[in-house]
Amino acid sequence: MIRDVFAGVVRIITGCRSRHVGPCGSAGPRVYYANHTSNLDAVVVWSSLPRECRRDCRIIAAKDYWGRTAVRRWFACRVFRAVLIDRTGVTKSNYPLRDITACLDEGCSVIIFPEGTRGNGDGAAPFRGGIWHIARDRPGVEIVPVWIENLSRVLPKGEVLPVPIAVAVTVGEPVIRGADEQKQSYLERCRDAMLSLRGELA
Amino acid sequence: MIDDNMLILLGIVAGLLVLGSLIAEVGARVARTESGIDVANNLKDRMRSWWLMATVFAVSVLVGGVMTVVLFGVSSFLALREFITLTPTRRGDHRALFWAFFVIIPVQYVLIAQERYGAFLVFIPVYAFLLIPARMAAAGETEGFLGRMSRIQWGLMTCVYFIGHVPALLALDIADYSGRNATLLFFFILIVQINDVSQFVVGKLFGKRPIAPLVSPNKTVAGMVGGLAISAAVGASLAWITPFGVIDGAAIALCVAFMGFMGDLTMSAVKRDIGVKDYSQSLPGHGGVLDRLDSLTFAAPVFFHIVSYFYTGQV
Repeated sequence: MIRDVFAGVVRIITGCRSRHVGPCGSAGPRVYYANHTSNLDAVVVWSSLPRECRRDCRIIAAKDYWGRTAVRRWFACRVFRAVLIDRTGVTKSNYPLRDITACLDEGCSVIIFPEGTRGNGDGAAPFRGGIWHIARDRPGVEIVPVWIENLSRVLPKGEVLPVPIAVAVTVGEPVIRGADEQKQSYLERCRDAMLSLRGELA
Repeated sequence: MIDDNMLILLGIVAGLLVLGSLIAEVGARVARTESGIDVANNLKDRMRSWWLMATVFAVSVLVGGVMTVVLFGVSSFLALREFITLTPTRRGDHRALFWAFFVIIPVQYVLIAQERYGAFLVFIPVYAFLLIPARMAAAGETEGFLGRMSRIQWGLMTCVYFIGHVPALLALDIADYSGRNATLLFFFILIVQINDVSQFVVGKLFGKRPIAPLVSPNKTVAGMVGGLAISAAVGASLAWITPFGVIDGAAIALCVAFMGFMGDLTMSAVKRDIGVKDYSQSLPGHGGVLDRLDSLTFAAPVFFHIVSYFYTGQV
């Protein structure tokens, strides 16, 4: 209930229109991967998913940002059930991908940002390997591209005050890994699939 | 206290809406060809949006006063948001845009609500005009500077300053017409919208020669003339609920309709420049808020000045 209200409020504030190019739900868990331009990205993608998809969807978020204050922690844990990841002191034993796969194994979908860091909103940096590992190790999980338009203009890197520019979220078709497809080629296909969603709403 | 004449206008609007919805329903049943079905479905969408807009408008005008100002303030906000969303902006515009949305719009509408006539007329053309470029210069990004600041200024002038002239009608002190300004506001909106619709319908039925084919192929000479004629006729026949005489009513409605047409045409040119057909899809069948208000932006200041010059004795 509080989640639906919150998602509605986010959609109104950001003026977010969302569009599904591909099928919008699936039997199994999904990995939504999106371009990363703002601290609000995950919240906006989460809010724009259809209700039944949102219910089982968790956000993967950086502990150093979302864990810093009590309010952020409350939102992260209670509202979007974030999986908080420690970006400092990563070792083999606490490797973040483990938390993500654990989440998927419980049947939850996740939202991740494979560029690893925030870009300027125009293109996308080369992807890190996380989604490749998931695609290889969890073939039943759909890897779904998402393009977020304009959010970098709402709250550019380094700004505190947002501007109410309308955001658009486009959810694409799952990118399925070929039988013997190698890491580099798969990651590039994923990135292209995400970039091809640009301008879909215009 | 509701002016009885307001109820007459409400009745007219309700009648037109029922008529439109009936035509849409009948059209949807009769239509056989694919294009016919498309037209009928588009009309149904349009009518649904019309009902929504008319209800919101009627309620806020009936409640009156601050509520009317709030309605137009929110409309300005949504219109500016649509415009800025589609306009390329750069990082260096961010702070200036924050000022535009969260300082300039509220201040302008507070000035209108407080009936500070002089201040509201100069705030955006003078002070916002000074503030926005200065803030952008301070942000330090010079690429495309002239174009970028002009776009924000244009957005503020059309979406905020001009639309703000509609609720500002409530503040005018018209001789022998006190307490009935809301009726005049309603009259004005009705003329603008009737002109839009009749121009569209007449153009579809009889239009051949486009006025500016590169800007908007749908605007034809026949459509424009038909719209102007119908608006003038409505203006004359409703003159008795306004402070105008019959001849004045027709002339003023003609003027409003012509400005509405020019506003529509100009906003179409802006859309062509940006490369879109509609500003958004927030009002099914119509496009965005700004697509519905484009004619209003040009008509409102002219109507406001005609009334204030000839009927109030204020400047």
